[in-house]
Amino acid sequence: MKTPRLPFRSNRTERPRQTVPDVHRGIVGALDWRFRRVRWTVRAIHAFTLAFLLVAGLGPLLWLAKSAITPTQDTLRMPLALWPHGFDLNYLTQAWSQTHIDRYFMNTVYMAIGSWATQLIVATTAGYALSILKPPGTRILTALVLATLFVPSIVLLVPLYLSIVDVPFLHIKLINTFWAVWLPYGASAFNVLLVKRFFDNLPSEVFEAARVDGAGPFRLFWSICLPMSRPILGVVSVFAVVASWKDFLWPLLVLPNPAVQPLSVRLPTLQPTTELNIFLAALAISTLIPIVIFLIFQRMFLSGGDVTGSVKG
Amino acid sequence: MDSPARLAVAPSGTRKRRGPLGWVSRDGLSSLLFLLPMLVIFGFFAWFPIVRDVVMSFQRTNLVDTPKFVGLDNFAAVLNDPLFGKSIGNTIYFSVLALVFGYPLPLILAVVISEARRFKGVLSALAYVPVVIPPVVSVLLWTVFYNASPTGLFNTVLSWVGIGAQPWLQNKDTVMPSIVIESTWANAGATMIIYIAALLSVPRELYDAASVDGASILQKIWHVTLPQLRGILLITMILQLIATAQVFTEPYLFTGGGPANSTMTVLFLIYHYAFQNSLGGDYGMAAALSIMLALFLAAFTAIYMWLTRSWSTNS
Repeated sequence: MKTPRLPFRSNRTERPRQTVPDVHRGIVGALDWRFRRVRWTVRAIHAFTLAFLLVAGLGPLLWLAKSAITPTQDTLRMPLALWPHGFDLNYLTQAWSQTHIDRYFMNTVYMAIGSWATQLIVATTAGYALSILKPPGTRILTALVLATLFVPSIVLLVPLYLSIVDVPFLHIKLINTFWAVWLPYGASAFNVLLVKRFFDNLPSEVFEAARVDGAGPFRLFWSICLPMSRPILGVVSVFAVVASWKDFLWPLLVLPNPAVQPLSVRLPTLQPTTELNIFLAALAISTLIPIVIFLIFQRMFLSGGDVTGSVKG
Repeated sequence: MDSPARLAVAPSGTRKRRGPLGWVSRDGLSSLLFLLPMLVIFGFFAWFPIVRDVVMSFQRTNLVDTPKFVGLDNFAAVLNDPLFGKSIGNTIYFSVLALVFGYPLPLILAVVISEARRFKGVLSALAYVPVVIPPVVSVLLWTVFYNASPTGLFNTVLSWVGIGAQPWLQNKDTVMPSIVIESTWANAGATMIIYIAALLSVPRELYDAASVDGASILQKIWHVTLPQLRGILLITMILQLIATAQVFTEPYLFTGGGPANSTMTVLFLIYHYAFQNSLGGDYGMAAALSIMLALFLAAFTAIYMWLTRSWSTNS
């Protein structure tokens, strides 16, 4: 019995097959696929890639999960053995409560929520003003926002730090407060331009209809613009939360007080004083949220939405 | 946009728009209100600091005394610092190694994965997982992997194939490659996603035409895929170079710049001037070095774009 829809499963025939469906036409085309040598080489490469990615991509995570619940001596002496002396879930709870990972975890959560909020507020209001309202000077402002994309972040590092120590003109001290992280995160040119471009492509008929019905600029923004831009707001939100969870250098500078530090800043200082199993349990806890976000919003990450954020490293 | 619609909505709007006062009373005020968050946030945390960095690079400033203009003294001090040349050499070494290890890998993965007939989603998700892990966690986890004792994780794996224990992070010859391997592992997935998206836009007809002309698979990759991707390949290369020129987290957490300053990078040196100085931060020197690096990167990018201008046109 032949199953023509899945020719790469049934085969064992010597002669070239002609009924290769057009479901896949890429570099390895139907013509190449007729040759058994090609088929097996391609399959071997894919099998190898799958094995390689399982080890390289999932391996470290699984190892971390395992080591978070095994004794320190096992991890040091036999790092690749599977529970030689059993496992203990208590390491996770110890890390959570005794090394105060709970507090740093919550700090990270606050940091992420706040910088998500500022990024969303700045990006949507600015995108709306620059794309829909278009006051005089829109082009200059857009150019000024665009210009900051071309300035490497190192140029900002020192003067931004000084602005946090003493906010210019206002003379407020933001150091050791979450505002020091939240506010600078709002100045994301990428978000503003991304949202602006999305608003540019919204159908103008809707706005005109709403105006005819007497909607003012605030009504337009809240009831028309925002509901129509859910997809892009989702992208901005997810990347805002993940980026804030990953950030290290900036919170290191502006949050010197351990009581307000996030996980990323706290973990390196915990390393020398914490026992390895507890420390690895802490690392595992810190990885959990980003991995869960990734699993939920996989499609968003894998469609290449994170183009700029990613290459920054 | 359409004038009839505009007129229907606000017949008096065109008249009122004339004067600035009329503009403010119509919807200028709300425009200003909507612009306000951006103006404040970008003003305080983007535009002003950029200008201030340039000014500061010509000043002696340490937060305690009032800033004093010192001409090019900061630049001279940076150029005379023996760590300056060292850090530039280390940064170039890191960038070149990252290019050798990290540039072909995402491309190969992308080509292989987009040719997969099954498990395409699983494969790309697996390759992307390291990108999601917070960099601090990755580095700290890899310091455990790089444990230099014979029972360290990587040394255990090496012992299976009969290679002796390596010092990894503790020797100045192996430390940089070790850091680059971790960094490649952490970042390859992100670039790979860009390539996978780009590969989707390669016209299928080109492959069919090449097949008909008798091209083998490797020939198709060489003569169709790569030329079609060259625009994106050129961009990812310059973006990677710009990113690796600013590497900080990995050397800072792995080695703290050691052993013997062999992983002291330029950004690390800026951090060192400003924040690791026991006499109070030398912000002027830090600003001067950051301006120098930014100018260098701008010039480098411009030259790169100019040199590759004839390749990057088309698709």
